[in-house]
Amino acid sequence: MTVMRTRQAVIQALSDEMESDPTVFLMGEDIGSGGPFKATEGLIEKFGDTRVIDTPISEMAFLGAGVGAAAMGMRPVVEMMFIEFIGVALDQLTTQGAFFRYLSRGAYQVPLTIRAAAGAGMGFGCQHSQILDQWFRGNAGISLVIPSTPQSMYGLLRSAIRSNDPVVILEHKGLYGERGDVITGEAGIIPIGQARTVTEGSDVTIVAIGSTVLTAKVALESQSEWSAEIIDLQTLVPWDKSAVMKSVAKTGRLVVIEESSYSGGWGAEICSEVVSKLWGQLKTPPHRITSPDAPIPYAQELEKRYLPSSDYVVSQINELLKTGKSPAAWWEGAK
Amino acid sequence: MVTSLTRRSQLNTEVGRLERMLEIRAVEESIQTLYNDGHVRGSTHLANGQEAVSVGIASVLRPTDVVTCTYRGHAAALALGVTPEGVLGEICGRVIGCSGGIGGSMHLMDASVGLMPTFAIVGAGLPVAAGVALAAKLKKNDSVALTIFGDGSTNIGAFHETLNMASIFKLPVIFVIENNLYGEYTRINLSTPISDLADRADSYAMRKEIVDGQDVDAVINAIQSAVDFARAGNGPSLIEAKTYRYSGHSRSDPATYRTPGELDEWKKRDPLDIAASKLISKGALSENELETMKSDIDNRVAAAIKTVLASDGPELSALMQHVSAKG
Repeated sequence: MTVMRTRQAVIQALSDEMESDPTVFLMGEDIGSGGPFKATEGLIEKFGDTRVIDTPISEMAFLGAGVGAAAMGMRPVVEMMFIEFIGVALDQLTTQGAFFRYLSRGAYQVPLTIRAAAGAGMGFGCQHSQILDQWFRGNAGISLVIPSTPQSMYGLLRSAIRSNDPVVILEHKGLYGERGDVITGEAGIIPIGQARTVTEGSDVTIVAIGSTVLTAKVALESQSEWSAEIIDLQTLVPWDKSAVMKSVAKTGRLVVIEESSYSGGWGAEICSEVVSKLWGQLKTPPHRITSPDAPIPYAQELEKRYLPSSDYVVSQINELLKTGKSPAAWWEGAK
Repeated sequence: MVTSLTRRSQLNTEVGRLERMLEIRAVEESIQTLYNDGHVRGSTHLANGQEAVSVGIASVLRPTDVVTCTYRGHAAALALGVTPEGVLGEICGRVIGCSGGIGGSMHLMDASVGLMPTFAIVGAGLPVAAGVALAAKLKKNDSVALTIFGDGSTNIGAFHETLNMASIFKLPVIFVIENNLYGEYTRINLSTPISDLADRADSYAMRKEIVDGQDVDAVINAIQSAVDFARAGNGPSLIEAKTYRYSGHSRSDPATYRTPGELDEWKKRDPLDIAASKLISKGALSENELETMKSDIDNRVAAAIKTVLASDGPELSALMQHVSAKG
C-alpha cells in the first residue's frame, strides 16, 4: 500500500496498464506535458510519443480516432481535458462508438476509455466545472464511472481500460489533490458496476458518488444524532442496484447526494427504483440533495452554495428524520 | 453459398468489375419496387450513377484494409463483396441481412471484407477511419483505411479536423469524396464556395487528386496511387471523384431541384456504358455476351429478392444482443 494523491493514482493506473498491455495508448491535448492537472505527468518520458500522443485541439477527430483504433484491437485512453470539451465530439462516442458492437453483431468492439476532468468547486466557471453525467446515462453501450478516492481512481481506471466497451471516467478535479492509501496491482482493481459500502449505519442510507462521498462522510462525522450507511456507487452506469436495495431494506430511509442539477439527475432513477422495489418498507420518503437547476457561478461564495455542502446535508437529514417528510431544497421559496 | 471474400476476388478482371457495376445498378433499381410492396421501411439512399467509384475502390484495396462509408452505402457494400442477399436482406430487415436485420439500409457491414458498419451521420466515418489508420501505424502493419463520403461532408467539422490530424500524424488513410454535386437537396455551388473540393487538401498540406468518377479505370489508378503512397508510410491523400447520383438524396426526394437536362447529360457518361464500351471496343466482350451478362444479373437479383422475402426477421432476442460485451 502506498499513499498517493488522486492524480498520482491516475498516472499509476495508466502506467500499470500500459506496462501490462502493449495495445494501451493515450491520446489527448497536452497530455505529454501532463496537462493542467498533471494527471499524465511523466508518462511520455516513460512510454514515448507513440504511446502518449499529443493531438491538435480537435476533439471530434481524436475521439473518433479512438473509436477507430479501438475497433482495430487497440485500447486507447482518450483524454478530454475538461468534460465539457466532449460536447463538440459527442457523436463519435454516443452515436458511433457506443453502437459499433450492436450494429456489427459483435464483429467489432470498442474498448475505449475516455478520461475527463469534471466537477465544480475550483473556480473554473460554468463551462469548465460541470459533471455532465447526464450526457452519458440512458445511452446504450456506454459505462460511466466516477471515482471518489485515490484507490477507486486507480482501481476503476484500470477496469475501464480493460473493459471491452466504451467507458467514460469522470475525474473530479476537486479530488485530484486528495491523498489516500492505494493498493496497486491486481488486488487494487475495482470492477465496474460495483458499489462500495463506506460506513455501516442503521438510520439512513446515503447514496453518493465522486465528490459527494466525501461530503457525506464529513456530514456524518460532524454530528452524533444519527448513523448512516454511506454507499459510494463508484459506477453510475450500470449502478449497483443490489447494494442499494440491501442497504435501504435495512435502514428504511434513502438520501441521495448529487453534484448536478436537480432536474434529470441520476438520483431520480435511484429513488424511483427504491420506491418500486421497497414500497411499504420505507420509513420516510426517499430524498434527493442536489445542486439547483442553474449554471455554475464563478464567485466563490456562490459556487460553494451550488455544491451540496456537508452542513446542508446534515440539516436536510435532520429535518427528514424529525418530520418524516422530504425537506424543501434551499432554493425553494427563496426565489 | 458464395462468400464476400470470393466475390471480392471477382473484381480482379475487367469483366468482373463490369459485372459488379451492373449488379449494383440492378440492386439499386430493385429497391423502389421492394418499397412499394411494403418490404422496406424508413429511408434508402441510392448510389446508381456512382458505381464506378465503389468498384474502383474495392478493386484496389485488400480485404484486410478497412473502409468507412456513409449511409449511401449499398454500392460500396456490394463492391467490397457483400452479396445481394446480404444488402437487400438488410434493407428489408431480415435475419439474412449483412447486419442481421438490425442495421437497415444505412448500416451495412461485413468485417470479413473490411466494411465497418456504415455511418448515418454526415462526416462521422472520417475520424474513425483515421483511428483505423492510426492503429495500423501503431501496430506497424501496412494496412490502410479508406473513407468514402459525399461533397456535403466537406463542410462539416469532422472533415477538417480529421484531414488536419491525419496530415500531421502521416496516417495511412485515403479520403474519397464522391462529389455528386448535391448535398442532400442542395446544389454544391449554393453550399460551397469552391468547385474542386480536392483543393481543400492544400490547407492540410495533403496529397490530392481529382478523378473522373464515371471511369472505373481512372478511379482504380487514382486509388492505387493513394494506397501505394499510404502503404509506403507517406501519409494520407484526398481524392475527389466527380460523379453524379441518378436518384434523389433519399427515397422521399424526387430531385426536382436539378437543372433541366442535367441528368440526361450525365447519363451520356454512364459508368456502366463507359466500362462496357471499352471492353467491347477491344474485343474482350461482345454485345451478345453483355446482354447475357445483364440478364444473368437480373435473374440473380430476382433470385436474391426471392431468398430475402422468404427469410425471417431477426428473433426478439437479437434486440438485446451485442449491446455490450456482457450481452
